[in-house]
Amino acid sequence: MLKKLLVANRGEIAVRIIRAAQDLGIATVAVYSAADAESLHVQLADEAVNIGPPAAKKSYLNVEAILKAARDTGCDSVHPGYGFLAENAAFSDAVTGAALVFVGPSGDAIRMMGDKVSARSAAAAAGVPVVPGSAGRVEGLEAGHEVLTATGFPVMIKAAAGGGGRGIRIANSLAEFEQAFPQAEAEALAAFGDGGLYMEKVIGKARHIEVQVLADGSDAIHCYERECSLQRRRQKVWEEAPSRALSDRLREELCASAVALAKAVKYSGAGTVEYLYDDEADRFYFIEMNTRIQVEHPVTEAITGIDLVAEMLRIAGGEKLRIRQSDVSVKGHAIEVRLNAEDPAKEFAPFPGQVAELRIPGGPGVRFDSMLYQGYQVPPFYDSLLAKLIVHAETREAAIVRLIRALNELKIGGLKTTKPLFLALAADPAMRAGDVHTRWLEGWLIENAAALAG
Amino acid sequence: MAQILSPLPGTFYRSASPDQPPYKADGDAVSAGDVIGLIEVMKSFHEVRAETAGTNIRFIADNEDPIMAGAPIADLD
Repeated sequence: MLKKLLVANRGEIAVRIIRAAQDLGIATVAVYSAADAESLHVQLADEAVNIGPPAAKKSYLNVEAILKAARDTGCDSVHPGYGFLAENAAFSDAVTGAALVFVGPSGDAIRMMGDKVSARSAAAAAGVPVVPGSAGRVEGLEAGHEVLTATGFPVMIKAAAGGGGRGIRIANSLAEFEQAFPQAEAEALAAFGDGGLYMEKVIGKARHIEVQVLADGSDAIHCYERECSLQRRRQKVWEEAPSRALSDRLREELCASAVALAKAVKYSGAGTVEYLYDDEADRFYFIEMNTRIQVEHPVTEAITGIDLVAEMLRIAGGEKLRIRQSDVSVKGHAIEVRLNAEDPAKEFAPFPGQVAELRIPGGPGVRFDSMLYQGYQVPPFYDSLLAKLIVHAETREAAIVRLIRALNELKIGGLKTTKPLFLALAADPAMRAGDVHTRWLEGWLIENAAALAG
Repeated sequence: MAQILSPLPGTFYRSASPDQPPYKADGDAVSAGDVIGLIEVMKSFHEVRAETAGTNIRFIADNEDPIMAGAPIADLD
């Protein structure tokens, strides 16, 4: 078992990790930038170390400062959380190189999944369905023409080194393709220092469905799926578990494919295999694997009763998986909404400031993961996530009713937040019916702009 | 003399991206509406524009400085 953990993150996820460690009797060290000296994770940890000025580059992304803090405080392990250094293979290697345990997969596993082409190849090799497209990198326009027979139009040309929606071009015809391909190559070379491209068929209306896995380097299990189709600018805003769109047969097939991939790459820790699900064709396709704990992990915890962060810490401490697949079952339905410091009435403009008043929702089936307290000054230097409200109930319908109840209990005074967005969404008939896809929210926001402004 | 104040709290940048030259160099003349820098607030970027014309801009805030709303960014003659 780990003895002393450095939490290399901030905000709600640092608080979440400190809580899991304390539940397991592991001592905790927080790190913080000059802007975060008063933050909740610093208050809750056993010790805290200032690692630099507010800019993330000089603090939360400063590998040397983080490793020095770990050495100076006698830590035996580092949890990266999500964002910042969580999917940085060199950081995983550096932590291991400093004779510390990295709570997550090896640098090699992060590298393999971080390169979109090698991740796609690994998935295909493990028998996971991938979006029709090139087998690997497309070497030149001639090779691209051959791939078109599998994809048809429209087709996506993507940078192998890209990610997060960057380095993607869509061609609707052969003429567009012949123009876009060399442009994409030059662009990828300029942006990522790697002109490598791959091609994928464009899946029209699709849901975003992802499978949670836990693995110990040899064995792997899944903890069922989450649906995160509600996205704004490719950022998830509302997540659910399970997905109402899948049949039981397809759910088992989907989850088994994620386990097969985790086993094939000898994965260790918590990970998420992301898919697109095409309702009409009733088919799913691998998109990518995230090699970290995700923001929306609590909906899985709600329906399975598994503490995913605690399991990550146990695995990192050298334990084998304690949970057998046959022990994992789904109970009820859970929804998470992300309360961001953004003004939905003004195109989601960021709204840092002071929390003048705070009333936290509670009661049965309600969880509130946050770093807020009354008087907390939300700094402008980091992302806008303030809190995650998670509700759990017997059915999806009951979970939505509970969500509305909990949102009405919640009061965050002094800041603009995305709470009005979720109250409006929870009342929407298409949302109630679960009739959504990944581009649904952006259209809804345009149609409902007036209601959100009011 | 006039001052350009930061409209937002966040991180101040003098150029559009690290590999681009600064919008304005010390000593440059500025027209009303010119972009003189960017403020990053919670990962979104907002242009800072000069409200009035002036000469001989002198930056008080350095590139990548944390800055509060209302804090001076530059002096103008």
